[in-house]
Amino acid sequence: MARIIAGIGSSHVPAIGAALDNGKTEEPYWKRIFSGFEKSQAWMRETKPDVAIIVYNDHASAFSVEMIPTFALGCAAEFPPADEGWGPRPVPVVKGHPALASHIAQSVILDEFDLTICNKMEVDHGMTVPMNLLFGKVEKSGHWPCPVIPLAVNVVMYPPPTGHRCFMLGRAIRKAVESSPEDLKVVIFGTGGLSHQISGPRAGLINSKWDKNFLDNLSDNPRKLVKIPHIDYMREAGAEGIEMVMWLIMRGALDDKVDEVYRFYTVPASNTAVGHIILANRGRGGARKSAAKAAAKPKRSGGKLKRAAARVKVERIRG
Amino acid sequence: MARERHDYDDIPGTFVFDAERSRQGYGINMFCMSLMKDENRRAFKANEAEYLKKFKLTPEQTDAILKRDYNRMLALGGNIYFTAKLGATDGHSFQHLAALMTGSTQQDYAAMMLAGGRSIEGNRSRSGKGAPSKHLGAAGRGKSAAGKRKAKPKSKTRSAKRK
Repeated sequence: MARIIAGIGSSHVPAIGAALDNGKTEEPYWKRIFSGFEKSQAWMRETKPDVAIIVYNDHASAFSVEMIPTFALGCAAEFPPADEGWGPRPVPVVKGHPALASHIAQSVILDEFDLTICNKMEVDHGMTVPMNLLFGKVEKSGHWPCPVIPLAVNVVMYPPPTGHRCFMLGRAIRKAVESSPEDLKVVIFGTGGLSHQISGPRAGLINSKWDKNFLDNLSDNPRKLVKIPHIDYMREAGAEGIEMVMWLIMRGALDDKVDEVYRFYTVPASNTAVGHIILANRGRGGARKSAAKAAAKPKRSGGKLKRAAARVKVERIRG
Repeated sequence: MARERHDYDDIPGTFVFDAERSRQGYGINMFCMSLMKDENRRAFKANEAEYLKKFKLTPEQTDAILKRDYNRMLALGGNIYFTAKLGATDGHSFQHLAALMTGSTQQDYAAMMLAGGRSIEGNRSRSGKGAPSKHLGAAGRGKSAAGKRKAKPKSKTRSAKRK
């Protein structure tokens, strides 16, 4: 069976992509940021995932205001980099994994997550910047090291999906991956954030304490994060800081207890606090065992966070 | 129709791009989206007022665009990822726009970011009622979690619940 072995959180600041594309990585300002990902790239080379599921958001590139899907899963064979106004980024076309993607779509929709299926989609810096940060620079003529399943989340128009909904979608994705007949090592990325506001008179807001607490709890106590209402993200982490809910999809797809492999945090990259974390499920055997256990006793595995969307209201009232 | 009131209207200096603004600002955002194409950028630059007639804009929205009043565009339903395309069409960096919206010079804005960004303290709430998040024991409350992460996750949970 396929299994999710680790989750990666990473900011996706466009200026990081521009710095990479324009050969500025050795400048002190940018080196501070890129050097924070060197260990992660080594970890990634060693881990050699077969597929990466990347949760990200589109920034008025593939989706304008004509259509605003809350969750859009990329099931295509390939995803060209979008032209974001100054030509597409000089990175290779991202190859998809249509077989696993369509399996996930089928599974999570029956699990009550009504995804939009995208069989044609361009991807912007929201996805390709974290890929560069974790896979390193790849020439346009080259190849990314593994196929990718993009999951675009609306965090541009309010309201984005709640943190709870995101976490539960992560759960459903995990279940979907584990029911795939293929034997695949999968990693899942949650991208965006951390604190930043790029709009209005309060632009420039950074809240490092919030960010550090978020990362701490992401590691040890994600259930606490699931309860955070949107107003708190927007007030504390900035209007655009609400992107952080996407990290909860990644976290929901992991075991309750994980090992924090690595963490990096720096301020700023352009207007944004850069956060990065790698969380690994504990041991391959262990992951399988706990997965088997979860399958046998589905009601106990989720605790208060049960999977059915219909239960959300009840959870809320109790919470 | 008057704008509905929302909890997030209390956040200072912030225009939340919600469903209502999305409806109201559809023309602004579709205009900005059109600037993704070079031929459109050139047509716009050749005669801005004429080009804007192609979109469903109120006189107020048209005026905000022509004057490059970015905060006004946001208040009238523009979204920053879209209006940034207008800034790019004018040849401006994003920090230029950010400085404009915050009423500071680009130099001052850049210096503020390098020094760690705008502080959350004093910037949470218009009414003064917006307390730090009780969900994440944010700045100014309880012990800082920094550097203690593995050691005390449970005590953090407890202190958050007490509040």
